[in-house]
Amino acid sequence: MKIKSNIAVSDSGFIFNPDTGESFTVNPLGASIISYIKEGKSVKDITGELRQVYEIDVNTLEKDTEDFLGLLKNFSLLTDA
Amino acid sequence: MEKQRYERPLIKRMENDMPNKFGMKPENFPKSKIDGVKVSDLIAEHGSPLFVISESTIRNTYRKAKKAFATRYPKVQFAWSYKTNYLDAVCSIYHQEGSWAEVVSGFEYQKAINNGVNGKRIIFNGPDKTEADLEMAIKNGSLIHIDHLDELYTIINLTEKIEQKPRVAIRVNMDTGIYPMWDRFGFNYENGQAWDALNKIMASGKMELMGLHCHIGTFMLSAKAYGVAATKLSDLALGIKAKYGHEIKYIDLGGGFPSKNTLKGSYLPGRDVNPGFDDFAEEISSALLKANFAPDSLPLLILETGRALIDDAGYLLGTVISNKRSSAGKRTTIIDVGVNILFTSYWYDHKVSPAQEFTQFSETTTLYGPLCMNIDVVRDNALLPLLNKGDHFVIHHVGAYNMTQWMQFITLRPKVVMIDPEGKVHVIRDSETMETFSRQESKPEHLKKFEL
Ligand SMILES: Cc1ncc(COP(=O)(O)O)c(C=O)c1O
Repeated sequence: MKIKSNIAVSDSGFIFNPDTGESFTVNPLGASIISYIKEGKSVKDITGELRQVYEIDVNTLEKDTEDFLGLLKNFSLLTDA
Repeated sequence: MEKQRYERPLIKRMENDMPNKFGMKPENFPKSKIDGVKVSDLIAEHGSPLFVISESTIRNTYRKAKKAFATRYPKVQFAWSYKTNYLDAVCSIYHQEGSWAEVVSGFEYQKAINNGVNGKRIIFNGPDKTEADLEMAIKNGSLIHIDHLDELYTIINLTEKIEQKPRVAIRVNMDTGIYPMWDRFGFNYENGQAWDALNKIMASGKMELMGLHCHIGTFMLSAKAYGVAATKLSDLALGIKAKYGHEIKYIDLGGGFPSKNTLKGSYLPGRDVNPGFDDFAEEISSALLKANFAPDSLPLLILETGRALIDDAGYLLGTVISNKRSSAGKRTTIIDVGVNILFTSYWYDHKVSPAQEFTQFSETTTLYGPLCMNIDVVRDNALLPLLNKGDHFVIHHVGAYNMTQWMQFITLRPKVVMIDPEGKVHVIRDSETMETFSRQESKPEHLKKFEL
């Protein structure tokens, strides 16, 4: 699971993909997940970290995280490699 | 360390095309309280979903409407349209404010009587009045608005056996320049049916012709149409005065004013574009004042406004069941409010507000109800903050027609509570239970046993 190397997330949650010219916005939780992926963390690590910070049950968090990763793939921002 | 409120992760592609209505700012602020009472407390106490009615909003809206007309025309009377919301508590607020009752069936008529309305203050509309209904209405001195000739003849026959003289009006349909024209109720103005019926009433000598009535449509976005209707009914009234020397006591223009809801497919929100009471009052009053009535014999103006008086006072509270994604990747949200209790979701893009704080992030989602039916869509493409499972929300402007046209379908109908001006919560209709149904049903003896 890898975020493409030329993709950067700004502090305000703005993402630009130079390969396609598309831009995106993410909310703070989305931005944190992307930065955890860049650090090489697994989905389990990520949800573990987030549960320290947010008031949320593990099932919902896992479901929402998987859904978010699906969208990143869909937008060609995330690769499985 | 205290944990933060969770908001699920969100990513959105930024579109460069023209701004459209889905790209507009979310239509929302959190709605965490209704008349000072917390939504979370209401749901904890009374369950979800839950209809909530604001007594203060009913009274304020009524007074605003009354004022719009009374400041422009000297004789105005409202008659509460029972079919719009006939919960006894709701009707009684209107009666306390001075509204008569407008009913369209024997059932509604009986409800008005049970609410303590004087029979003389009941307007009886509708195409289906049974002989028994008519007999009761004649004896009580109610205002019977005749819909068709068969009804007229039934009333004439009834006068053979009833002493009281029926007090009647006719319902008139007409071209007011709007499409579609409602011509299935009453007698047509343009082709002479209305005159024909009036001549029959006057010639019979058996009835007291009190007024003229029309109801030209519902959720009417043209105030002008009411000016046309008022002019046409005035013309009939003046014609009767000229021909028979008989004075018509009232002109009843029915209901039909829009609430602040947004019609499906409308580009702009209803609260910004729908005409208000002042617009209608201006058109109607000037048409009546311009007609050639003698200053001391102006007819009473009756209004049977429904929707516009009650819609904004009704809220429907609910809870998020789940967030999903469609096969095409679209966000969808399942809520515990279905079209069976929110009939008006076929008409309107109802405004939906989360009941708790949220961030500026939002997402376009389709709100599905809980029914296991494809038609159960409460909002298509609503731009909403990110709702989590278990979050509460408030659907606005649901006071009209939902609590009368709701269906018991798949689930039981929920409670209705009313918040009084002191902030006290009253249950005005209890939720249905299994007993509600076992009381209505019966099972033949031979079906009582089986083995599986
Ligand atoms: C005869 C009559 N009067 C009044 C009304 C109330 O109409 P609205 O809710 O559009 O004001 C109706 C509604 O259908 C009606 O049929």
